[in-house]
Amino acid sequence: MSQYLLSTYSVEGEVRGGPTTPEEMQGFMGRIVALETEMDASGTFVFGGALHGPDAATVVRVNDGDTIMTDGPFAESKEHIGGFYVINAEDLDEALVWGAKTAEATNHSIEVRPFRATGRAQA
Amino acid sequence: MKPVASQPEATTIEAVFREVYGQAVATLGRIFGDLTLAEDAVQDAFLVASDQWPARGFPPNPAGWIVTTARNRAIDHLRRSDRGRELEELINTTDRLGTETRGDEEAAVPDDQLRLIFTCCHPSLRQEHQVALTLRLLGGLSVPEVARSFLVTESTMAKRLVRAKYKIKAAGIPYRVPAGAELPARLGSVLSVLYLVYNTGADDLERESLRSAAIRLARTLADLMPDEPEVAGLLALMLLSEARMPARYEGGSVVLLADQDRRLWDRAKIEEGHAIVQACIRRDWPGPHQLQAAIQAVHCNADSFAETDWPQIVALYDHLYVLRPTPVVALNRAIAVGEIDGSEVALEALNDLAPDLDGYHLLHSARAETLRRLRRFAEAEAAYERAAQLANSEADRRFLEHQIQSLQQECTH
Repeated sequence: MSQYLLSTYSVEGEVRGGPTTPEEMQGFMGRIVALETEMDASGTFVFGGALHGPDAATVVRVNDGDTIMTDGPFAESKEHIGGFYVINAEDLDEALVWGAKTAEATNHSIEVRPFRATGRAQA
Repeated sequence: MKPVASQPEATTIEAVFREVYGQAVATLGRIFGDLTLAEDAVQDAFLVASDQWPARGFPPNPAGWIVTTARNRAIDHLRRSDRGRELEELINTTDRLGTETRGDEEAAVPDDQLRLIFTCCHPSLRQEHQVALTLRLLGGLSVPEVARSFLVTESTMAKRLVRAKYKIKAAGIPYRVPAGAELPARLGSVLSVLYLVYNTGADDLERESLRSAAIRLARTLADLMPDEPEVAGLLALMLLSEARMPARYEGGSVVLLADQDRRLWDRAKIEEGHAIVQACIRRDWPGPHQLQAAIQAVHCNADSFAETDWPQIVALYDHLYVLRPTPVVALNRAIAVGEIDGSEVALEALNDLAPDLDGYHLLHSARAETLRRLRRFAEAEAAYERAAQLANSEADRRFLEHQIQSLQQECTH
């Protein structure tokens, strides 16, 4: 069993294809709840969530013992992770099936990326 | 003389290599879950074979010998590489597999190859990586050979292979034949890789190793998936194209179908291709590859270009256009229509396609040929020149330059 990150990207705060009206929002939440219920039932769901936009991000650095904080996201990019799931899957094909379900529920492209290592690092 | 005496044996090892390499890599890949290890071990086994077989004679089951030797090599390699726990686990797995498959090696191997084809052509890999993996792991082509065929440097091709194998392992691309609803799309990507390999080989007479690898793999796939008529269709399409290769080039230049010496066509391949097309027609489940094979079969049936059954070819293109409504299919249809309804009609159809296919040399060479038949020489020459600018093979360029020269002679008369 491997773990995969399913992530969705927003461009300048906008998730393309995302809900814009209250009705769309209701439909969207309904699909997400159904998806997560299905993930739970099959032991797929590990963790997930939606993130605030990059404007809410702070980068922390330590320089010679001084902590320096910078307003804004790490990457100077128009695209930022908007939300993600961490899932359990047997192999890439299974992860891609969940990726497709997530893309359908969110109406947005999903990047499927394998974890190289998970859990606590061993010294 | 020693070299003469050892010659037939060397070619036989070569033949075993071509036949068995992909199978052996596939089986080792399944056992060890590591394609690089599998490749290295199979290459080692062939080195041992070329050392031992000429002196001791061929083993009764060369494929089984290669797989067993490669497996032992891989275990040796792992033992040396300081991966104790993992190794123990692997040896337990291989022992279990060994007892299960002992005496049944032949049956186990082909399925491995099928699984590996689907792994190499997985849609999560970009197509140039799919092609490189398929040729290297299943076709048994060397890295320099694959690099040359795709006009990239050896180091670029080596990096491409490393990246692709890394992704298979890191992303967990499974080693299995897709089932049910997944199969048609996944098989489609396998077929396009094989056809791309064949066509790249057909651009140059010298690239025989690409064409024969594509045909060999299509044949394996057709044997392993007898219920998929599109696989048979692709095999027939390749065989019927390959049959005409001996007449397709002369002095490094392309020879048009109309001008080919049909006595040079390979009758055995044509017969095999025809038999497959007939079987497909009886099944009556047509697809794009089967229809293209049927079109080639009609061409191969004609004793001369003039005797070609053009209405049949147009009907087949009409059917193909329903399944694949692409400008390239429309172009081929327009050329066939021109043979029935004349050059004026053809030219009109070609002009309609020009905006979609402006970057495609065959549109311009078809327009040039049609304009020439209509004796509009200046426009024909301009179209040939445009085609020559866009042509992607030396043989095509040479052909087009000959056309421009002969056209210039034709207008002065």
